[in-house]
Amino acid sequence: MIRLDTVALRRELVGFAGIVERNTYLIRRFVWWEVAWFLYTVANTLTIVFIAKGAEAAGYKLDVNRETIVLLIGAVVWSYLGLLFEIVTETVAWERWEGTIEYTFMAPLSRPAHLLGMGAFAVVYGVLRTVLLFGVVSEFLDVTFVHADFGAAMVVLAASSFSFVGIGMMTAVLPLISPEKGTQLGFIAQGLLLVISGVYYPVSVLPQWMQWLSVASPATYTLEGARKAVLDGTGVAGLWGDIWPLLLIGVIAIPAGLAVFAQGERYAKRHGRLKRSG
Amino acid sequence: MSSQPAVEVQDLRKEFIRRDGGGGVRHRRRRKRVAALHDVTFSLTRGECVAILGQNGSGKSTLVRLLSTLLQHDGGSAHVFGNDVFRRPRAVQRLVNRVSVEASFFKRMSPAENLSYSARFYGMTPRQSREAIPRILERVGFPPERRGEPMEDLSRGMQQKIALARALLVAPVLLLLDEPTTGLDPRSKLEVQGFIRSIREQHDATILLCTHDMAEAEALADRIGILHEGALICLDTADTLKRAYGAETVEAAFLAATGRQFEDEKEDE
Ligand SMILES: Nc1ncnc2c1ncn2[C@@H]1O[C@H](COP(=O)(O)OP(=O)(O)O)[C@@H](O)[C@H]1O
Ligand SMILES: [Mg+2]
Repeated sequence: MIRLDTVALRRELVGFAGIVERNTYLIRRFVWWEVAWFLYTVANTLTIVFIAKGAEAAGYKLDVNRETIVLLIGAVVWSYLGLLFEIVTETVAWERWEGTIEYTFMAPLSRPAHLLGMGAFAVVYGVLRTVLLFGVVSEFLDVTFVHADFGAAMVVLAASSFSFVGIGMMTAVLPLISPEKGTQLGFIAQGLLLVISGVYYPVSVLPQWMQWLSVASPATYTLEGARKAVLDGTGVAGLWGDIWPLLLIGVIAIPAGLAVFAQGERYAKRHGRLKRSG
Repeated sequence: MSSQPAVEVQDLRKEFIRRDGGGGVRHRRRRKRVAALHDVTFSLTRGECVAILGQNGSGKSTLVRLLSTLLQHDGGSAHVFGNDVFRRPRAVQRLVNRVSVEASFFKRMSPAENLSYSARFYGMTPRQSREAIPRILERVGFPPERRGEPMEDLSRGMQQKIALARALLVAPVLLLLDEPTTGLDPRSKLEVQGFIRSIREQHDATILLCTHDMAEAEALADRIGILHEGALICLDTADTLKRAYGAETVEAAFLAATGRQFEDEKEDE
């Protein structure tokens, strides 16, 4: 019995690795798109972080160094979370576009191995890209990180990954239920997370109902924690108040994401929504 | 266990909801359940190749999708080597592979890359696939120097050979071929058919071949079934079919079979 389980586990791991492998090939094959998109993200991030200096030039009194870092963290953290969310969300949409979806769904690959493989790839790729983005954008700015604890910021980012992968799984299922509307809803969900999570402003400036929503958004805690770590040098222990909500949301979101996806897959197989031509 | 059928399908039924688009803005669109497949019963013995002939929309792909766990059924049952397709899909997934009309690859990735990741889904490790992929590509006659080219640069015929290679790579015992040669130029068609024949000779594979090409069915299959409007109206050897419908060719038998069915329905109304 135990022997049987190790065989099954091994198979799951090989399948999981297959997802990561495939996405790595894709990045390689679309490398110039990746470069172009990265440069766009750099430009976009710059337009945001220069807002602090712009405000000063316009005559406002503010701590430019601090506000620039606040904006920088907002842009960089959002680029990470957005990327995670997008990669996991596109699990179905991309394969449908390529026409491979039926081949992936008829393979003896468990859905958890499939979706967690997407998540793991997204985390590794996202971290690399985010570190690079942070480095490149920082080069353009004359900000000083007085007593930043970058290690603690990375811990916050790591803790937030689980919840974003879980939420991504829930939105990934949308195109299975409705091919076109699903993708549109995914976009809307991402936009909603962006607006309620205080990416470029404190959550307290939002209307009351949005503030309530922000309590449930993992991005809120990620941004708060990352800012405390980088601006005030708060260590992991001091960030616990932001880390535990992230872990809690993650512990709920991943099983919930898998369950929602399984439900969506059943629906798709009942109604012939995986693919219908041919 | 050699007496166990490779595929056993009993009264299989699949319905889809069809929206009637008709009427003007004032008419609500009606939803209607339409049976794409109904009362389909047959079995395949191990090592057999059975062709299912049917016009577009007759339900061939629906049958293939049901057997490859991509659709839930609405009645009846299906077993693949004794495994219930709808209750134990994972066990069935390990035994089945498929080639469909469209090549269905990541178009920017190379044949080797496409085969490599999909082998992983079937539990094949990198060490195993590194050896197996070049071997299988050679067997389908794919030029080794083009292994790294993006799929989108290859001809349809080439792509279809890679699709066969992908299916065979994981050594399925049941191979579902859904119009594998539709839309190919005559030469590629012959090559792919030749390869299907060689699979029969060299592998322990049972093949279900869906096609609307009568000559292909007759050339490759042990038995031929005719699927018409979701019903399997006969399944027998080509000679028996011809005799049964008093026809000279499979094509004539097919027309007689589906045509007669059509007239019966009219009379019933
Ligand atoms: N996913 C689906 N949703 C709705 N109707 C479908 C779907 N797949 C097939 N059908 C319908 O079922 C019937 C059989 O289709 P199909 O199995 O694709 O036939 P074939 O492969 O023989 O051309 C057709 O009327 C088709 O419109
Ligand atoms: Mg078809």
